[in-house]
Amino acid sequence: MFFMADSLTLTTPLPPAQATNAPRPARRWQWPLGAVLPLLLLGAWEVLARVGALPPNLLPAPTKVLATIGVLARTGELWQHLGITLGRVALGFGLGGALGTVLGALTGYLPLMRRLLDPLLQGLRNIPSLAWVPLFILWMGIYETSKVVLIAVGVFFPVYLGVMSGIQNVDRKLVEVGRVYRLSGLALVRRVFLPATLPAYFVGLRNGLGLGWMFVVAAEIMGANKGLGFLLIDGQMTGRPQTILASILLFAVLGRCTDALLTQLGRRLLRWQDTHGTNAS
Amino acid sequence: MLQLSHIGKQFDGGLVALANICLHLQAGEIVTLVGASGCGKSTLLRIVAGLERPSTGRVLLEGEPLTAPHPAVGVIFQEPRLMPWLTVRDNVRFGIMHLPAAEQASRTAAVLERVGLTAFAEALPRQLSGGMAQRVAIARALVAQPALLLLDEPFSALDPFTKTKLQDHLLDIWADTRPTPTLLLVTHDVEEALVLSDRVVVLHGHPGRINQTLTIDLPRPRRRTCPEFQAWKQRVLDALETEVVGV
Ligand SMILES: Nc1ncnc2c1ncn2[C@@H]1O[C@H](COP(=O)(O)OP(=O)(O)OP(=O)(O)O)[C@@H](O)[C@H]1O
Ligand SMILES: [Mg+2]
Repeated sequence: MFFMADSLTLTTPLPPAQATNAPRPARRWQWPLGAVLPLLLLGAWEVLARVGALPPNLLPAPTKVLATIGVLARTGELWQHLGITLGRVALGFGLGGALGTVLGALTGYLPLMRRLLDPLLQGLRNIPSLAWVPLFILWMGIYETSKVVLIAVGVFFPVYLGVMSGIQNVDRKLVEVGRVYRLSGLALVRRVFLPATLPAYFVGLRNGLGLGWMFVVAAEIMGANKGLGFLLIDGQMTGRPQTILASILLFAVLGRCTDALLTQLGRRLLRWQDTHGTNAS
Repeated sequence: MLQLSHIGKQFDGGLVALANICLHLQAGEIVTLVGASGCGKSTLLRIVAGLERPSTGRVLLEGEPLTAPHPAVGVIFQEPRLMPWLTVRDNVRFGIMHLPAAEQASRTAAVLERVGLTAFAEALPRQLSGGMAQRVAIARALVAQPALLLLDEPFSALDPFTKTKLQDHLLDIWADTRPTPTLLLVTHDVEEALVLSDRVVVLHGHPGRINQTLTIDLPRPRRRTCPEFQAWKQRVLDALETEVVGV
């Protein structure tokens, strides 16, 4: 009496489950096409700087920028600046991200909370965040607290919006399946809402992290004696463009690395997604 | 085992979807609801599932009032509604997570075998075809061993070939399971209704009410091609027809 099902299995075109467990065939190595243009530009820049076509006091050669980083690394200054900036971003990201997650979850899940909180938060969101700087400095002084809070403000809104919209967009049909199996409260959140919200959450976290890096620059430019943002200002004050460029380069590398870390984590948790991106990669 | 008495449903907008539905299902019976689109079939099923509250009347399951989703009532929706983040196995286990792990594992394995998806136990929903996904949904409902199974157009999205296979398969399961489960099914497909059911309930629309109840006395297994089957098909179509004229 099982022949019906068996004959169906025979007609199904997909490979059996073993294949889905097997590690994906290693992607063939592809020539990094995206690297071509930057390398060409760098090369041209180097050559032009060497022949003196670019004023060295405004745009030093790339090798000189790298040499500056090398010197900073040898004196140990580099690690100090990196550590300080990374620490500020981490703290601000943790604080803003946690608050955004909690408030976004509340307003997404509970209509009453949404009606109560969301108008206020949307209103605050419309204030360009840098406008807070003078107030924060006045309230919390020029030291660490005001910097971390500013970064946290930047991180908060994308995370908040990501979580809230993610929860609101959870498929009602899946929630109903949960209800059919008598899930409610925390069980329903854990088994349906949480996984269903993860994709939007990761988008929010990534956007938040991006803003976090933006705001750490702002915070460190306002006044700091350590950190990559301080290097920027220091380079400007002392007329050393190579220091400014070195700092910009380090910001880019750090931002890219932290974003890649988050993306990697997201990929791992969201392998089930049926999207153009997941299926193509 | 299931008693619907004077069920009425008025939605918040004021639309009256159902009026005075009375229906009694015997244990082990297969009853099909047919009727024009929008006449309230899904609403009625959702009320029995406990997903919607009736405005009037009540639902009794084994004599007990039913107001919320009940462990003895399984639901198969028109779409598979699988959790995309869970493997086939975990989707099937979804409704029995409260049972001991060993029991979960053995029941899941047995049901997957039944629907012929053992080889796909670790696959994700996005790797399944439409028919396979619907079989997983059937497995998820069966694994909880419901005494009453509600099916809202469960095969309507499938191609005719897969559809007849799954209809026969559902009948096999129904016939092999002890105690025999009761099935309440919604369909637009008259042949499906005739292959499966003991009784066909024809609904009128706006507001939905019962027009006719036809007791199908064809012997099982039913052959779609035999003349008696075709004669029944004509009778059900006629019953649906009077509705269209009546509107
Ligand atoms: N949540 C709702 N709020 C308001 N009206 C609704 C709601 N759900 C259904 N309706 C209305 O109730 C009526 C019956 O809907 P229902 O889905 O039960 O019809 P149906 O018989 O299942 O139709 P179909 O065969 O097309 O699936 C329709 O007129 C529909 O517009
Ligand atoms: Mg319907």
